[in-house]
Amino acid sequence: MAFRIEIGLKSGIRDARGAGVAAHARAFLHLPVAACRTRDVYLVDGSFEPAEQRRIRTAFADPVACRAAIGRLPPPRVFDWMIEVGFRPGVTDNVGRTAATVVADALGRPRDAFGGVYTAVQYFIRARAGAALARGDAERLARDALANELIHTIRLYDAPGWAAAPVEAAPPLVREPAAPQARSVDLSGSDEDLLRISREGILSLSLAEMRAIRDHFDRPETRAARRTRGLPETPTDVELECLAQAWSEHCKHKIFAAEIRYRDATTGHEETIDGLFRTFIRGATDRIGRETDRLVSVFSDNAGIVRFNERYHVACKVETHNSPSALDPYGGAITGIVGVNRDPMGTGMGCELLANTWGYCLASPFHAGAVPAGLMHPRRIRDGVHQGVIDGGNQSGIPWVRGFERFDERYLGKPLVYCGTVGRIPCTVAGGPSERKEIRPGDAIVMCGGRIGKDGIHGATFSSEELRHESPAQAVQIGDPITQRMMYEFLVEARDLGLYRALTDNGAGGLSSSVGEMCLLSGGAELDLARAPLKYEGLQPWEILLSEAQERMSLAVPPDRLDAFLALAARREVEATALGRFTDSGAFVLRYGAEPVAHLDLAFLHGGCPKMRLEAVWSPPSVAAPRRPRAGRRDGALRRLLGALNVCSREFKSRRYDGEVKGLSVVKPFVGRRADVPSDATVMRVEHGGRDGLAFAEGINPFYGDLDAYAMAASAIDEAVRRVVAVGAAPDGIAGLDNFCWPDPVASDANPDGAHKLAQLVRANRALYDLTTAYRVPCISGKDSMKNDSIRGGRRISIPPTLLFSTLARIEDVRRVVTMPFKAPGDAVYAIGLTHAELGASEYHRNLAAAQGRPEAFGGAVPGVAPAQALALYRAMHAANGAGLLRSAHTPTLGGWAVAFALAALGGDLGADLDLAALPVEEAKLDDDARLFSESNSRFLVTCAPDRARALEAGFAGLPCARIGTVRAEARLRVTGRRGVLRIDSPLPPLRAAFRRTLEGI
Amino acid sequence: MSGRPRILVITGYGLNCEAESCHAWARAGAAPEAVHLSDLLADPSRLDAFAGLMFIGGFSFGDHMTSGHVMAVRLRHRLGPHLERFLDRGGLALGVCNGFQIMVKLGLVPGLPDPRASRLSPQVALMANDCGAFQNRWVRVRFEPDSPCVFTRGLDTMPLPVRHGEGKLFVPRKAVLEAIEAAGCVACRYIDPETGAPADRFPANPNGSVHAIAGLCDPTGRVFGLMPHPEAYLYPENHPTWDFEGSPRDEGEGLALFRNAVEFLRAG
Repeated sequence: MAFRIEIGLKSGIRDARGAGVAAHARAFLHLPVAACRTRDVYLVDGSFEPAEQRRIRTAFADPVACRAAIGRLPPPRVFDWMIEVGFRPGVTDNVGRTAATVVADALGRPRDAFGGVYTAVQYFIRARAGAALARGDAERLARDALANELIHTIRLYDAPGWAAAPVEAAPPLVREPAAPQARSVDLSGSDEDLLRISREGILSLSLAEMRAIRDHFDRPETRAARRTRGLPETPTDVELECLAQAWSEHCKHKIFAAEIRYRDATTGHEETIDGLFRTFIRGATDRIGRETDRLVSVFSDNAGIVRFNERYHVACKVETHNSPSALDPYGGAITGIVGVNRDPMGTGMGCELLANTWGYCLASPFHAGAVPAGLMHPRRIRDGVHQGVIDGGNQSGIPWVRGFERFDERYLGKPLVYCGTVGRIPCTVAGGPSERKEIRPGDAIVMCGGRIGKDGIHGATFSSEELRHESPAQAVQIGDPITQRMMYEFLVEARDLGLYRALTDNGAGGLSSSVGEMCLLSGGAELDLARAPLKYEGLQPWEILLSEAQERMSLAVPPDRLDAFLALAARREVEATALGRFTDSGAFVLRYGAEPVAHLDLAFLHGGCPKMRLEAVWSPPSVAAPRRPRAGRRDGALRRLLGALNVCSREFKSRRYDGEVKGLSVVKPFVGRRADVPSDATVMRVEHGGRDGLAFAEGINPFYGDLDAYAMAASAIDEAVRRVVAVGAAPDGIAGLDNFCWPDPVASDANPDGAHKLAQLVRANRALYDLTTAYRVPCISGKDSMKNDSIRGGRRISIPPTLLFSTLARIEDVRRVVTMPFKAPGDAVYAIGLTHAELGASEYHRNLAAAQGRPEAFGGAVPGVAPAQALALYRAMHAANGAGLLRSAHTPTLGGWAVAFALAALGGDLGADLDLAALPVEEAKLDDDARLFSESNSRFLVTCAPDRARALEAGFAGLPCARIGTVRAEARLRVTGRRGVLRIDSPLPPLRAAFRRTLEGI
Repeated sequence: MSGRPRILVITGYGLNCEAESCHAWARAGAAPEAVHLSDLLADPSRLDAFAGLMFIGGFSFGDHMTSGHVMAVRLRHRLGPHLERFLDRGGLALGVCNGFQIMVKLGLVPGLPDPRASRLSPQVALMANDCGAFQNRWVRVRFEPDSPCVFTRGLDTMPLPVRHGEGKLFVPRKAVLEAIEAAGCVACRYIDPETGAPADRFPANPNGSVHAIAGLCDPTGRVFGLMPHPEAYLYPENHPTWDFEGSPRDEGEGLALFRNAVEFLRAG
């Protein structure tokens, strides 16, 4: 029994949501929509007296602005189409869950005394006078703007049809008649049979892995033991699924662990690398770790922990959520951000969350070409991804500190959605070191947070696959920030009361991964899947184990504290359930009620996966350079660069993210007199009343990878490091995080250049080792995503190899940090660091190549890094900052000095007279275009008060540092070339307009 | 009252500005106490021990069903009489952002006398911003000298951040708007930073609020809510152009509202 409530704004009140839909329909779908009015629909499931129904209606609607009806509200006087968008059965309905608490509060009934509430939204669409809006147009509006049919249902009526339609009140309930039961899987067939089982079950297990499983279960001792335990001789579906999770690329990082034979095709040099992670990433951090006590916990937990001050450690993790965001951009992205929040939350004894970061690699929102069937237009992906992370971050009360976007057509097949979270944790929690992770046999296994549904089943194995047309809808989850926020507050409270011994998050692989990995700490676990709270009936045991339903943490609770833990959870309205206990039996044991459904030796579960052996072959690509443009002024080129997609202002979307909750911000993502230019790095306090803080930055430049992945990685690391140095971080207080997103580097018939992509991966890792050890910037955490390809309509689209390197750095005194805008007329302007002829894959060359109609001809020398020289500069920068010499400091990135000059001027609303002849260079003949636009690494643009110029020069004695001009009050940028010719002479307003226009309103 | 007046800061269910709000009260000389709403509902008499109450910012219940709505339903049904008693005995109440939205939904502000309606009924509404989206930016507000609001006494104008998606004040009838103005319930307005006049356009008026209203108090001046966040401007470095100041201030300007409240309570 359910009844329906409809709520709409009173007539005459502006409907901002409807107005947005109408504007979107006109601007992006080119439909003649005059107006849109919206309504909220609630289907309340349960049996209620008429008087109770009226009380619920009253409680649901704001009496000042809204009217509400049981059943149906009268429709607007004039409309052409009514589109109602609801959720498919089983899809997370966050508003519906909240509405159920209103029913409970309004009636004074417990929440479980009735079914639930299910929501939908109605859009009443009116066409422009004289224009026709056909049914097909309305369908397009519904499908391309209002609903995603993977998760939504659409009902469409014209006005007479809607008047005649019955009042629908049936909620979208899940009906799964199947009785829960584990099945055994026969692995005795041929290799083809094994591969079919893997493929049809979306297990993503290779033939070698399937054989290893078959052989393990075939061993006489395994068979004998299974008979005594009441298990079939062949593995159950629960066991097979659990192994597939544990052995997935997503969880096991098989490519980063593989043995690789690397060959340089030009030199003939060959070598064997025993694991990229072990050799280069862990290898570098271990080497750095021997010289410092900053590292508290690295690579072993959900996030890396470093020392901050005597009260707090800080932890950080950056994740990607690419495949789900391709299918449902909003749901995938909100899950990405609330999901990565749980990483610091589940690190050590549990961190408090301080800040979020985001970054997206997408195809252009202005993409005009065809979009392969099954993929979404990049503008829609971008809108959905932003909104998902906006809602996830804002509703969780966590400010964003960094955000970036990179655009390249190759991200059409797979968008990259990076989400990061920074946490802090007191050095000591409940009388012990807060980074500890221990579990004792006998501790209860407790799951808390949300309930389990089919959401996200096979997410881990799915993300280890390329995106195919038939990719599963269940792979989509929708994050629920409020359920998570309530759980988070409860966990911090429980932590400080010492109510649990260990915790971890339920992410990819659900309980299978969380408990499966936690139980290594005690030596085993025994768990009853039938005790897990479900969203709806009908889940199979393996589905309960694998579900990636969000907002869940798994804990180890000592038996004598279990009652107190569960009581506090109940008081805070957080669901918590004891599912079993940790043991030291050496096995992960699962039951469904009394029925045994799995018994997996931990040694086999975590150590039985055969190692991959891969081939990498490097031959440098040959890329032509663009034609050199005629000598002359470069005002137009500068405006084009400022307006280029990868350079231009992202302020329009960014203002929708909350960057100031917690009140700790010091340097915001946007700085300057008008707060409209991007900061090099952001800075925040870590606690109220403190003077020390953290600086955050990142480096990412996939374009250099088209010439050499080594240069790409070296440049990304240098950029991330020099950005925090620019605001004032000490070079020896920086920690890094690596995120590798790669196209499939495993060669096969379908992926013929896999060996080249793997060689690129090897080179990027070698750069990471070289740079992080030279700078002594340890990687404290990282992540890889290795299958970023899509095959649709027979066309393979692979992303460019992409390394994101993020940095966080301790700031001694936040009041002394330096920002990038010019500050005062008369200040002396200095260029620090060498400029080389490094225009290969630069923003300038790529724009030039595109303008010349040969976008592939962006070649040239790619920017390199000389780490020893760079480090000397970074130390000198830090000393100058400490001595209070710097009024502004900015590091050039895309667009080189030219864009750097312009942004520093725009930020300060001040002009400058600058001379390229004075730039520190090695080759005096370096031409003006290279001087202006070369993207050489390790450089800074700084200003200082005229009376401090001599002190500044002394600080940089022996280093490449030269005065290149003066800040002027007149808002005009003048740059003279090396022979005295004026290259740029522009007032600031056209530069500002160029920088702001491209993505304004998009 | 002397010493440090006790201030109750309600937390939980998606509210999230407890740390900065407590810090603001503490720095202003009060004794703030963050209490989870579930604990307060378990023993509503705890309210009696406090001189002031703060509804903090955040996303209570995800702001589903319009901002602050669900929290207000819970408070009305489960804390209503205790809230009324707290206000009747002269308790001070401050709401910021989501807290202001909750107060509006509860009818605590503008709180005009209305014999035809129950005390905890809303009289105005805070609706979706005209721009259609959440906005985080700094605005300049003017505190109205003729308002009885005790939090804003003696204050002139101030830059403050806004961070909301539903901050547009909507008043259903002209007579209500006139009564609000006549009672001095408009404690602060968004102003154009250049001219100082009430702002009717984005971005100086970030949401399209009628009469550029940024915050409302009740006719006693002891109950006050606003959309901008004074508790997010406790340090000079919170301001977006602090790096241009030659000699930064000692403290963020937002503290002044909390100091006023503490002074009022101390004066008894």
